[in-house]
Amino acid sequence: MANLIRRRMTNAVMFSMTLICAISVIGVLFFILGYLFWNGGRYLNWDFFTKLPAPVGESGGGMANAIVGSAKLLLLATLIGAPIGLLGGIYLAEFGGRTFPFVVRYVADLLNGVPSIIVGIFAYTVVVLKVRHFSAWAGGFALGIMMIPIALRSTEEFLRQVPRNLREGALALGATRSQMILTVVVPAAMRGILSGLMLDIARVAGETAPLLFTSFGNRFWSEGFNKPTASLPVMIFTYAIGPYEDWHRQAWAAGFVLLAMVLMFNITSRLLMSWRRSR
Amino acid sequence: MTRGMTQETSALPEPHEQVDTRREVIALADNIAIQKDVRPSGRRGEHLPPIICAEKFSLYYGRKVGVRNITMDIQPCCVTAIIGPSGCGKSTFLRSINRMNDLIPHVRTEGLLTVNGVDVNDKRVNLVNLRQQVGMVFQKPNPFPKSVYDNVAYGPRLQGVRWRPVLNELVEQSLRDAALWDEVKDDLHKSALSLSGGQQQRLCLARALATKPKVLLMDEPCSAIDPIATGKIEDLIDQLCDRYTIVIVTHNMQQAARVSEHTAFFCLGDLIEFGPTETLFTNPSEKATEDYITGRFG
Repeated sequence: MANLIRRRMTNAVMFSMTLICAISVIGVLFFILGYLFWNGGRYLNWDFFTKLPAPVGESGGGMANAIVGSAKLLLLATLIGAPIGLLGGIYLAEFGGRTFPFVVRYVADLLNGVPSIIVGIFAYTVVVLKVRHFSAWAGGFALGIMMIPIALRSTEEFLRQVPRNLREGALALGATRSQMILTVVVPAAMRGILSGLMLDIARVAGETAPLLFTSFGNRFWSEGFNKPTASLPVMIFTYAIGPYEDWHRQAWAAGFVLLAMVLMFNITSRLLMSWRRSR
Repeated sequence: MTRGMTQETSALPEPHEQVDTRREVIALADNIAIQKDVRPSGRRGEHLPPIICAEKFSLYYGRKVGVRNITMDIQPCCVTAIIGPSGCGKSTFLRSINRMNDLIPHVRTEGLLTVNGVDVNDKRVNLVNLRQQVGMVFQKPNPFPKSVYDNVAYGPRLQGVRWRPVLNELVEQSLRDAALWDEVKDDLHKSALSLSGGQQQRLCLARALATKPKVLLMDEPCSAIDPIATGKIEDLIDQLCDRYTIVIVTHNMQQAARVSEHTAFFCLGDLIEFGPTETLFTNPSEKATEDYITGRFG
């Protein structure tokens, strides 16, 4: 009898401990969301999305340039990171032998673990120092490098999930190997690959360190891709350590917008995946 | 195989002649059909030379034996069934005919396996051509996650057929041949995955027919579908065997007896007995065959 009570007690303790930890996972996200909203989100207004930052010392203004800048940087990063990750992933999943793919996979994991500030220094050295000025190109380059490992691994993973009988079906109809990959395997894995790419973009969207000395920042619109470019994360950094109360509020608001963007990418990715399954 | 026979390998059409090849194949199929109409009596196709010949053909997975020393001739325009217990090499033999075993590493073959007099294991054989002439339907329905239309048009498109009217015609004809047209004609552009299992299998059959093959390999085509759909597939086999050479692997002996003219019994990688279906089922010459078909073994 005592034994039974002890077992029930242990069960109750373990159950509540795991439950508390599980709830705290959700709690942290909602706490951050709520905190961001309370401190900044509620000050969000139309100006924030349409106006340039106000001159130093004045209140008001917005971060339209940073929002557009972030979009530009992410576009460049995707243009650099996605093709390399995609094609590399196709190679690993479809053509690779044994040793080389192993090495590539291992290196990709290492690259994934490289601290973002190091990637920033690298981009600074090979791009910024060469052309002697900060630019969106440099920032996009740094973010693109950070995108490669995840794009590579997720592409490979989704391609491997394409069932063998689909491949056999294509080959049995007289497809060559590359026709099979392009017309059957990749389309079958497309939604997965796209959702992986979405998560990848969401991940680098919030990177600050590699942008500090590559795309730098700008209080005005930057034309084209060859000028210092504002971005939300760097803007948050600058405004949060600035001396003005209004700047702090704007930093919180920018944080709220950035988090909302990242969540949107994440949710889109989930939707893509669930749509795939229900078909 | 003599040098003379392998010389014919080079007579295999080059890729850029593929469209023409198809016409030839159609012409050939028509020819055979005509010949069949005027055949005297007896078993269909029997007066024609065999289309698939195996001579002391063996296949090994590394050191493991897949099939060993198979010698058999398969007649054109009739149905040949391969039966036998699991793991006896039925599918292995079937997949050797269109070289699907190439996907498996460390596969090695010995002896000779010819389709239309061409050694399929010859290095010069164009796999694309071979597989267009030797179509295959798999055990599990495997439609591509595309529309019904795109599934059927897949093979012809690979052959370079792009012109819409020709494609439409081919798709309709193939779907009709697979007795699926009436069920899907209203919405050819819905996803193939929305079809039922039996419909999917008939779609896979239509897809294989669309490349105008001479030979149709069926690897347990009914094992993943229900009895009614099975009945439909069997009816189709009956209709199609006028125009195609069909080789079917099945676990279901009644099915073999129902649909085939010749039956081969495989056991542990060996061909035990091969002959007219009636004879094999009513008066087998080997003890092992008798044991298997009466259910005493396997």
